[in-house]
Amino acid sequence: MADTPFQVTEQQPRWEDRISVFDVLTNSAMQFVANVQEYSVLSARSLANILHGPHYMQDLLDQMDDIGVGSLPIVILTGFFIGVVMVLQTGSQFTRFGQSALTGDVVSIALVRELGPTLTGIFVAGRCAAGIASELGSMLVTEQVDAMRAMGTDPSRKLVTPRVVAAILMQPLLTGLADFVGLLGGCAASVFSLRLSAVEFWTRAIDALEFGDLMQGLMKPLVFGFILATVGCYKGLTVRGGTQGVGRATTQAVVISSVLIIIADTFLTKLALFLSDKIF
Amino acid sequence: MATAYSELYESPAIEFEGVRVGFDEGDVLRNVSFRVMPRETLVLLGETGTGKTLSLKLAAGLLKANAGTVRVLGKDVGAMAERELLSFRREIGFVFQEGALFDSMTVADNVAYRLLEDRVDPDEIEPKVREALRFVELERTMDLVPPELSGGMRRRVSIARALITRPPIVLYDSPTAGLDPVTSQTIITLILRLRDIYGVTALLATHRLQDGFALANFHFDKNSNRVVHDGKHGNRNHSNAESTRFLVLRDGGVCFQGSPEELAASGDPYLKRFLV
Repeated sequence: MADTPFQVTEQQPRWEDRISVFDVLTNSAMQFVANVQEYSVLSARSLANILHGPHYMQDLLDQMDDIGVGSLPIVILTGFFIGVVMVLQTGSQFTRFGQSALTGDVVSIALVRELGPTLTGIFVAGRCAAGIASELGSMLVTEQVDAMRAMGTDPSRKLVTPRVVAAILMQPLLTGLADFVGLLGGCAASVFSLRLSAVEFWTRAIDALEFGDLMQGLMKPLVFGFILATVGCYKGLTVRGGTQGVGRATTQAVVISSVLIIIADTFLTKLALFLSDKIF
Repeated sequence: MATAYSELYESPAIEFEGVRVGFDEGDVLRNVSFRVMPRETLVLLGETGTGKTLSLKLAAGLLKANAGTVRVLGKDVGAMAERELLSFRREIGFVFQEGALFDSMTVADNVAYRLLEDRVDPDEIEPKVREALRFVELERTMDLVPPELSGGMRRRVSIARALITRPPIVLYDSPTAGLDPVTSQTIITLILRLRDIYGVTALLATHRLQDGFALANFHFDKNSNRVVHDGKHGNRNHSNAESTRFLVLRDGGVCFQGSPEELAASGDPYLKRFLV
């Protein structure tokens, strides 16, 4: 009966051999380290590719269009309403102390330093990291990535670098826009809800900002753009298990990039505060 | 084993020597050795999961063997860095199982991909693309995108894409899998024409024995522009039967290697399953 394909042989591990908490933990730890290594190599290569050709300008422009222009509606809508909510939440507190004019200061600092970069990062991650992971994942399972390699193209150049560079370039612009639209929303809420004058709101909002705040607000998106694009690409290019795997990779790309953005935000805030203390 | 006439004085186009490939689940290929001489077609036969696609990917350098050497056109593919491989792969055409066309590009751009990558003058690209698509009789689909094509058409475009740079070696991964008999016949005819018009060396993975026998028993006659049967004995004006050989993979190893006649005459019960 050696020919029967469904034969159970004696080499199959026995049940008690397979269960070992220690083995499971070491395997997961090793897997985790291997994943981090792979991710780091891919990320480093995506940037190193910029230094020497060939470059794919058309792909870069397409990606800038997709990530930048494509994310405009979501960034403008959410930015505006976050500004409105910030004013509604803080304005009532300031009014209790008769300091409703301070609303402009708080809204602008919170938006430019923190909420603008982080929320834009997370929204764009939700949209683009998912898009990138599913697109590259589908290409991988339909052998398009192999076909690309078979035709002499380095997928990290053609697929990864344009996406990473586009996200790094677009993220600060989207964040700047989100900040501005957020302040517009804040202004509208201040005028209609707190009965402040628009001029007063804008004067205070702009006066409250220092160079360090702007630096912080525009440094973070560079990193967030890098994170969301590299995580999306990594998850897409390491899909296992067909179309089901693509779905899983897409979800993971959004979750991991969002979490990494929040974690990176903490360290970047600390770094920015340190730098603005020392330099500015 | 029948020795191809070319083997006497030419070096092999593709050569596997003691190749082993293993994943976490165990070895997929064990001690696999074979050689494909120039202008010869080697049909890799085997059930699903016996390492046919893997062998093709090894030959193209898309995967590396754990042990053994893979030499293509005299170069050790396993020892080459990815950067070298990228340019080396231009010598090889690869027809993937489902075509693997780029969904975001038109058929014309898919076929022109290599030329576009090489920054060839657009005026030169257009006639070449048209010629390649005419070869697979799909000239009218130039402006369509792959999702608009049927499965058979996608594979034909994939063949056009593989032949655009006239590579000396073409690797076919189950080109007829999942196609109806008529479309399969069209694909095999294309492979015959590619072999007999351009003289390409081919490694063809398939689980359909009739594909292999079609390649062995027919040839494309340039004069009459038709596919012609070679006849039974001594009637061959082409050396197709000699230049088409079979290699059967089973459980990670080579289970049979030889000519179509030897395969047909084999008494091995496993091989007979393919012959039914």
